[in-house]
Amino acid sequence: MAAEAGGGHGPMSQFEIKRYVPLDLFGQDASFTNASLYMVLAVLLITAFFAAAMRNRALVPGRLQSVAEMSYEFIANMVRENVGDEGMKYFPFIFSLFVFVLVLNMLGMIPGTFTVTSHIIVTFALAALVFLVVTAIGFARHGLGYLKLFVPDGVPIWLMPLIVPIELISYLIRPISLSVRLFANMMAGHTMLKVFAGFAVSLPVFAKIAPVLFTTAFTGLEFVVAFLQAFIFTVLTCIYLNDAVNMHH
Amino acid sequence: MDPQAAKYIGAGLACFALIGAGIGIGNIFGNYLSGALRNPSAAPGQFTNLLIGFALAEATGLFGLLVALIILFG
Repeated sequence: MAAEAGGGHGPMSQFEIKRYVPLDLFGQDASFTNASLYMVLAVLLITAFFAAAMRNRALVPGRLQSVAEMSYEFIANMVRENVGDEGMKYFPFIFSLFVFVLVLNMLGMIPGTFTVTSHIIVTFALAALVFLVVTAIGFARHGLGYLKLFVPDGVPIWLMPLIVPIELISYLIRPISLSVRLFANMMAGHTMLKVFAGFAVSLPVFAKIAPVLFTTAFTGLEFVVAFLQAFIFTVLTCIYLNDAVNMHH
Repeated sequence: MDPQAAKYIGAGLACFALIGAGIGIGNIFGNYLSGALRNPSAAPGQFTNLLIGFALAEATGLFGLLVALIILFG
């Protein structure tokens, strides 16, 4: 959708997908695009960072090692608070998810780069993965008893035909709301930055200062949003996981 | 009416969903702040809940924004 709107230097042209290595896989377009490039870059950066941070494991951590330990503690506390000690089994999944989304968001904040998370197909794939994993864990732990999630306690029986479909819909809509939240935040933020940067070009000289100041301040806000959305994506994953692991409703 | 004009009006109308998101987010942060001023020692423990409420309120408005984007570029 960005390709139609973009073309030149419109605010949507930054979301354009460029094919670097065209590749056709059984009739599907599996080209290596700029989105793939940034995802590979993010994984390489994360791996390099944690490998470097953990190379000289010291009792008194150095700078890199304390950053790595802080991010570990941050997510470990989140999992313990929201899922309990049972949930620590799934810590590697949650941690990878958080670091991956955070690094993709932050890479997008560097001017001229491509923001992978501003494409709904990427965030939807991540959210669908979360949804499938959580549902699989729920059925693996509780068997068919997991379906009791849709039947809340203490609801009179005559309300059930109303409550059960509502619970079912609110469960099934999770991957959509999870993906749309991340995608719309990143996309709206980047579009807005581009629109105000465009004002700085088109306004007369004496008025240029206002959009420049606004864009600078808004870039700071976008860094907060980039972190916050990665955090929220992870917290909501933890909450969904809590439903599957503990089934408290 | 020109279909193109109707499209733009529709996209503008879809953005009204963000009014609700604005009210919701304002409510959440306002209530958090008034609660935090009454009992500052309990405030840090509720920060995660604050962000979750913020995210849930924001999502409903973003659905409207998404509809507007689909109308414009879809």
